[in-house]
Amino acid sequence: MIRFILTRVGLLIPTFIGVTLLTFALIRLVPGDPIELLVGERAISPERHAMYRAQLGLDKPLLVQYGIYISDVLSGNLGRSIVTKTPVLDEFAALFPATIELSVCAIVFAIVIGLPLGILAAVKRGSVLDYATMGVSLTGYSMPIFWWALLLILFFSVQLGWTPVSGRLSVMYYIEPVTGFMLIDTLLSDEPEAFWSALRHLILPAIALGTIPLAVIARMTRSSMLEVLGEDYIRTARAKGLGPLRVVGLHALRNALIPVITVIGLAVGVLFAGAILTETIFAWPGVGKWLVESVRRRDYPVLQGGVLLVASVVMGVNLIVDLLYGLINPRIRHRR
Amino acid sequence: MSIRTLGVVVATAIAVALGSAAANAKTFVFCSEGSPEGFNPSLYTTGTTFDASSRALMNRLVAFKLGTTEIAPGQGLATSWTISDDGLEYTFKLREGVKWHSTKSFKPSRDFSADDVLYSFNRQWKPEAQDHGLSGGTYEYFNSMGFPDLLKSIEKIDDYTVKFTLTRPEAPFLADLGMDFASIMSKEYSDAMNKAGTPEKIDQDPVGTGPFQLVNYQKDAVIRYKAFADYWGEKPKIDTLVFAITPDAAVAYAKLLAGECHLIPYPNAADLDGMKKNPNLKVMSKAGLNIGYLGFNTEKPPFTDKRVRQALNMAINKPAIIEAVYIGTGQVAKNPIPPIMWSYNDAIKDYPYDPEQAKKLLAEAGYKNGFKTDIWAMPVKRPYNPNARRMAEMIQSDWKAVGVDAGIVSFEWGEYLKRTKEGEHQTFMLGWTGDNGDPDNFLYTLLSCDSSKNGINRARWCYKPFDELVLEAKRISDQGKRTELYEKAQVVFKEEAPWVTIAHSTTYKAMRNAVQGFVIDPFGGHHFDTVDLSE
Repeated sequence: MIRFILTRVGLLIPTFIGVTLLTFALIRLVPGDPIELLVGERAISPERHAMYRAQLGLDKPLLVQYGIYISDVLSGNLGRSIVTKTPVLDEFAALFPATIELSVCAIVFAIVIGLPLGILAAVKRGSVLDYATMGVSLTGYSMPIFWWALLLILFFSVQLGWTPVSGRLSVMYYIEPVTGFMLIDTLLSDEPEAFWSALRHLILPAIALGTIPLAVIARMTRSSMLEVLGEDYIRTARAKGLGPLRVVGLHALRNALIPVITVIGLAVGVLFAGAILTETIFAWPGVGKWLVESVRRRDYPVLQGGVLLVASVVMGVNLIVDLLYGLINPRIRHRR
Repeated sequence: MSIRTLGVVVATAIAVALGSAAANAKTFVFCSEGSPEGFNPSLYTTGTTFDASSRALMNRLVAFKLGTTEIAPGQGLATSWTISDDGLEYTFKLREGVKWHSTKSFKPSRDFSADDVLYSFNRQWKPEAQDHGLSGGTYEYFNSMGFPDLLKSIEKIDDYTVKFTLTRPEAPFLADLGMDFASIMSKEYSDAMNKAGTPEKIDQDPVGTGPFQLVNYQKDAVIRYKAFADYWGEKPKIDTLVFAITPDAAVAYAKLLAGECHLIPYPNAADLDGMKKNPNLKVMSKAGLNIGYLGFNTEKPPFTDKRVRQALNMAINKPAIIEAVYIGTGQVAKNPIPPIMWSYNDAIKDYPYDPEQAKKLLAEAGYKNGFKTDIWAMPVKRPYNPNARRMAEMIQSDWKAVGVDAGIVSFEWGEYLKRTKEGEHQTFMLGWTGDNGDPDNFLYTLLSCDSSKNGINRARWCYKPFDELVLEAKRISDQGKRTELYEKAQVVFKEEAPWVTIAHSTTYKAMRNAVQGFVIDPFGGHHFDTVDLSE
């Protein structure tokens, strides 16, 4: 097992180098000049332009810039934002809890709805329920998040007035951040009703972000379940006279879950990608929105550092999933 | 409980919560369009940052009368001023009894004084000055307004008198001092933070003298202010001011409809009709202090020939552009300065839309069969041009009708600015929003020979008769004489046609009916010290 863990961790090193190289190169390959963007129509004199470039270290050869960047990263320094001048790590730390909170709610929503739907569709294969579930999940999977989110807002927030349009908390409350997770911070605060406000603000973004993973989980559960249900040992279990609940819930589900867990692990990456759109629409102050803004402003340090941090989180989650997978299925860890 | 009943219960609960909170204090929510870059206005150039910093938190020596571009003498931190006859010395009498905000880590011990004025300007001006290098030390406005060359000295005469000496007469100087970058910050706060080893707080946790003070900023989400109880001017009518940062205009509109904010700054033009029809909302509008134009690179043939420039002016159907691109939210521009600005020359006649005449002029200039060129279109929506790409397509087809074959070119915004500055284009689109209400800020800044050297005059148009007029107008302070000079300059501009002046866009603000006393600022700012909420 230790050998297995070490191999997995070892594999992260080239991935990590790849990510630094890719973010560093990509942002410099796309045209655009952060200094021009800062001054806009005003135009900046060539001397001042050169002075800023030197100040930001952009005048050095690319390889040297990369070398400096890597040595900074290794010493834990991700630099400061060109725009706000605050350390990238501080900004990330302030915004990341919002993204985690949203992503966790979205994935919980996706699992709680998607898993039972997939199981039901498999068990009732060929029924109206099966077709309906698969039809709806295909629609969910194909729906652009941007459009879906606006539709949710217009219907639930504007038309019915059930949920707030955007933000994390009603502006009536001010909660001093302790953990950065609004649901927890509001519970810790002396304004218990703020918790309900935070919860209401989470509903629509979580649905918007959770829809695609939900569809994937439902479809994956269904097909994996169908496969397992056709196995000999299920027939044996049935032949032994076990009840359908026991057969499906105990014998089939446990085995069917293995690929589903992989999919959920992969969904974390998908969630971050989706969070970029969801956060922009719902004015959700998370890292997705922050990264988009940094691309727009060509804020190199934020983009490099932010992507690196997000990628590290995704790699970390995938590592955990891999290890879990090994735990659940011993065949994986013993295979070379 | 059915879903319907649940909905009613939730809605009632929200209404009760909002109602009870409103009874206690007046909270005004502004759905601002983006996050401020920081809270020190001298470091930045965007309106979003100014709204959140200088306009809410700070004052300047000189103030503008809200809703106009006129200087309001004695309404700023200077109660009066005198200008020496040679136009080189400006002596300001400062207001006494002006209190500074306090923060968790700072309690002011003294009122605003001359030391603060010196600190605020020296920081931006002198490399050796206190805090000059703090937060990157990029004072782009101070530099682009030419202050390093313009200022000779700033002296403290006594605690409440300050004298600025200039290297040359500069008529727009007073108006410059009303700009956001010239906001006054506290020297005592800077001293205290430097002593405490936390100088970054000076720019992140600002202390000003303005109508509101900062309570807190949750990055990318909410900025919260409270009315400053010791404000020297008229006290704000609201108790709490909240900026709910909402980048998407469609979502901001949804928030306005749902009552989650009181005012949205940049409604989509396509939504305006619906807003006007909604009985809960009102829409205010005002002519903007801006110009959207198409410029010719006057250093490259055939645009070195003014007949070609005139012909291409005549070939463009401007009213059609106003209809299609601005969706009616703009007016045709005939001058490079907007009509709300003093010295606007209304006697000037615009080139008529006349393709036949245009063809004749082109033939005269030796381009009977037309020529090939390019139109550069910005990739972004700007206040003066909501859709440059669409505009370029319309101009392309108008020019085609007179035999000129233009390809449309576009780049990423930063790249676009850089390349047009370097003169790579043949014709290009851009625009401008006024900084200080002085015609100099358009005519000199965008069209002078000096500007053609530093790149801001992207038409690269350096025409002596025009240049002499705008330089002369800079040197004298008599507004009547300056008006005459600028009126003449506009005549020269029209005749020489370095640009096609296309449109002045109209500014729209949408708000809940309860909002009272909001005034649209021609400079594009959002001020909430005069705003109230009716029951």
